[in-house]
Amino acid sequence: MRRYFLRKLVVYALTFVVAVTIDWAIPHLMPGNPVLTLMGRIQIQDPKVAQEVYQHYMRAFNLDLPLWKQYYYFWVSLIHGDLGTSILQFPTPVMSIVVHAVPYTLALLVPAIALSWYAGNKFGALAARSKTLDNTLLPLGYTLTATPYMWLGILLVWVLAVIWHVFPVGFAYDPTAVRGFTWPFVSNLAYHWFLPFLSLFLVAFGGWAIGMRNMIIYELESDYAHYLGALGAPHRLVRKYAFRNAVLPQVSGLALALGAILGGALVTEIVFSYPGLGYQIYRAITNEDYFVIQGIFLFIIIGVLLANFVVDIVYLIVDPRTRIGMEGGRS
Amino acid sequence: MALHVEDLRVYYRTLSGDVKALDGATFDVADGEIMGLAGESGCGKSTLAKSLIRLDGRMRHVGGHAVLDGEELPIWDDAAMNEFRFRNVSIVPQYAMSALNPTRKIGRMIRELLRARGVDPNAAQEELERRLELVGLEPSVLGLYPIELSGGMKQRVVMVISTLLDPSLLIADEITSALDVSTQKAVSKTLVEFRDRGFVKSMIVVTHDIAVLYQVADTILVMYAGKLAEKAPADEIVANPRHPYTRLLISSLPEVGVRYTEKELTGIPGRPPSLLTPPTGCRFRDRCPLATARCEQEPPWVEEGGRGIACWEASPAPVAATPVAATPTAAAPVAVDTRVMETQ
Amino acid sequence: MSSVPTAPLASPADPTQAEESPVAQPMSGFRETLHFALRNKKLLFGLSMTSALLLFAIIGPFIAQHAPMDYAGQLSIAPTTKGGFWFGTTLQGQDVFAQFVTGLRLAFIVGALGGGIAAIIGMVVGFTAGYRAGWVDEILNMLTNVVLVIPTFALLLVIAAYLQVRGVLMEAVFIGITSWPWAARALRAQTFSLVSRDFVDMARLSGRKSRHIIFKEIAPNMSSYLFMMFILLFGGAILIAATLDFIGLGPSNTISLGQMMQLSVQNAALQLHLWWWFLPPGLAIMAIVGSLYVMNVGLDEVFNPKLRDM
Repeated sequence: MRRYFLRKLVVYALTFVVAVTIDWAIPHLMPGNPVLTLMGRIQIQDPKVAQEVYQHYMRAFNLDLPLWKQYYYFWVSLIHGDLGTSILQFPTPVMSIVVHAVPYTLALLVPAIALSWYAGNKFGALAARSKTLDNTLLPLGYTLTATPYMWLGILLVWVLAVIWHVFPVGFAYDPTAVRGFTWPFVSNLAYHWFLPFLSLFLVAFGGWAIGMRNMIIYELESDYAHYLGALGAPHRLVRKYAFRNAVLPQVSGLALALGAILGGALVTEIVFSYPGLGYQIYRAITNEDYFVIQGIFLFIIIGVLLANFVVDIVYLIVDPRTRIGMEGGRS
Repeated sequence: MALHVEDLRVYYRTLSGDVKALDGATFDVADGEIMGLAGESGCGKSTLAKSLIRLDGRMRHVGGHAVLDGEELPIWDDAAMNEFRFRNVSIVPQYAMSALNPTRKIGRMIRELLRARGVDPNAAQEELERRLELVGLEPSVLGLYPIELSGGMKQRVVMVISTLLDPSLLIADEITSALDVSTQKAVSKTLVEFRDRGFVKSMIVVTHDIAVLYQVADTILVMYAGKLAEKAPADEIVANPRHPYTRLLISSLPEVGVRYTEKELTGIPGRPPSLLTPPTGCRFRDRCPLATARCEQEPPWVEEGGRGIACWEASPAPVAATPVAATPTAAAPVAVDTRVMETQ
Repeated sequence: MSSVPTAPLASPADPTQAEESPVAQPMSGFRETLHFALRNKKLLFGLSMTSALLLFAIIGPFIAQHAPMDYAGQLSIAPTTKGGFWFGTTLQGQDVFAQFVTGLRLAFIVGALGGGIAAIIGMVVGFTAGYRAGWVDEILNMLTNVVLVIPTFALLLVIAAYLQVRGVLMEAVFIGITSWPWAARALRAQTFSLVSRDFVDMARLSGRKSRHIIFKEIAPNMSSYLFMMFILLFGGAILIAATLDFIGLGPSNTISLGQMMQLSVQNAALQLHLWWWFLPPGLAIMAIVGSLYVMNVGLDEVFNPKLRDM
């Protein structure tokens, strides 16, 4: 087991280093002096501010230093939690932007992933049993999973917010609302949260439902299912085993799906102007605020690696074959 | 009479029509008898075996019936058959090594299975452990996952599970096919022992390997192309096969101590007919060295004196001009039918 | 599992001819596959839908009456036959139909190219890892895992953000070189299961060269699987590209479906009820990707006899 974790940790550490390196390297790979190019694009009017920003960049990029030193300092600042400063929202540090945006993104991601996974698995299992449910669920599931996240968001906004004023068009809360841990504010938050959450949930749900349905059908065709049937075991016992076994690849599938649903969350935030990481990245891209882009990317990497690690642990707990395989079972 | 099967027909539905995999089988298996079911792949032996316990997806019961211990087995009705499965009829499947749920401890799976079948697991525990020890397994095996056992161990566990409720009829479907010779021997011995100790009353052992049957079975039933060819006590059928197909089968076995240079191993030339549109008359006609015009009519199954045969050219009763060897000893080579050799 | 007991039989002396074979058999004939293919509803539906859209994408730009980026007509008019504005115009007076068919074309290009590159890389990596095993496998596995874990979307974000001029080709290439890992994994598993099969051992024993084994024995079995992988990668590439475009990282000199959606949202098309601007692009993507997925399910049934419904 230790070897299993060691291996995983090596992969994650390696990935992290690679990602950070790429993150650092990209501006340096662009032709020309990145700072001048940046300055050219930003076109700050006030010469005093321009001078400050230029100095800041030169320091930040350490362009006077040899490449390896620049790389080294990049890591140093990373460890100190210094992700740079935003250009657009100068002088707000990137870290502060990230910290304020993350809760909103997590508020969308975590419930959406958890509920869509749970509901998708349950419905997929039901569909594998009932022909009528299967006939409706299957096309629905495929349609949903083929829908681009942002388009579903657009549809929902248009229908439920613009045409029928059931939900708000966007943002995290009413600009006029008074902030605080009061019930009106919290419910206001929830009210604004619901549509973006629903958008994420529906698309992800389609994918999980189809995956689970296929897995269950596969399990019901397995040798142990046939054996139990031959010994007269009732359907519910066979189904119970099939379900437990079918869930396993769905667990490891979480790690794989994370990247996709993350992208989905980012674009959904854009559609709803929901102030999470996606929204910030969008603003950063539109305004060429590179430090913010770089900083958010690193943050996402760390989050994804952590999530992967958690999934690995859970999978180890849940699947006896991996556990025993580690300890050298006979076979 | 433990098992009586009467004109059983089971077809497979396919896109091109019905494949007449089992086209009329009639036989008996007595209490305490181990009957071997032999033949080439596709002769219908597996279909016959499976149909007695569970018809799978595409199998269709077309006619005939099976009666076990005086009660009719409702093999066409999946739900009604459930009452009989495991208790009266049980099976050790071909895929025994993957028949256990990989994510459940073995003991737990057995307990859940028993409970689901209305048997109190605690009451059965002692017997379960006793039988495990009988096949050479520690009772601690119940606390393991299938992945922790070797293939042979899993096979033995499955044999114990399948016979736990002392079924009247046990079907062993190609259980030795995937095993090496020494394990084959161990498994065969276990089968016989189960019968001797009364865990099962009667057994049908399905295999294409006649050599295995010779060691295990009391009676051997040879099938060809969905129909019964010959049935006789094991040593008789090996020493004195009467149906041309059986004779070719036996003579195609390698003999102990005989070198290839001295006597060539022969197969049976040709292929079995398509069961989608089987030929009229005797289905072995095209490959049979004894075929005559009479064989265009299907020969009836005739039983006499403990032997049965379906062939115009041979009958259960002794017929002149058929060289018969003396009663064989255990290690003697199989009798060579010189007349059969000449016609090849 | 071949439940039809009329498979060609060995002589009684050959005990290895078992009845079942869980993975799809090497096609006993192209004709047999074709027979099933033509009768599979899902495959037919998916294929016809995709072909129809492809046809539309090819012909569309020729029948469009205006160039996609031109300020061609009245602002924000609803679909009408006048002036050939069958899909109406944008807030800036651009012909939505022209934009739509251009974007549709681009979608197919990105899908084919991106999916194709990913399929090739995945094939090479997965197959080599599965066939060679040993330390080659270890290294490739490590590589696959690293690329797999990196959230490719975020990576693409960063890369594309720095590029000043972005083209469809570059976008497709980037997508291709980041979305291959799961295909590599799947193909590696498939290679493992095939390499350990009897017929490969037979070929080896009879002294065939590696190359022969690869092309004659393994490739036919893999090809159907690989084709299905390609279709999934195709669809995935289209989705990724659309998402990237929506964020603003699309091709700079032309218009894509994702960009149409982005521009429409930016220009408050939702509030202005300019539905003809934002509905068609998303609908098209959903249609292409959806029909590809359905086609895939149908193909799976055709290639794998076990799944065929009676």
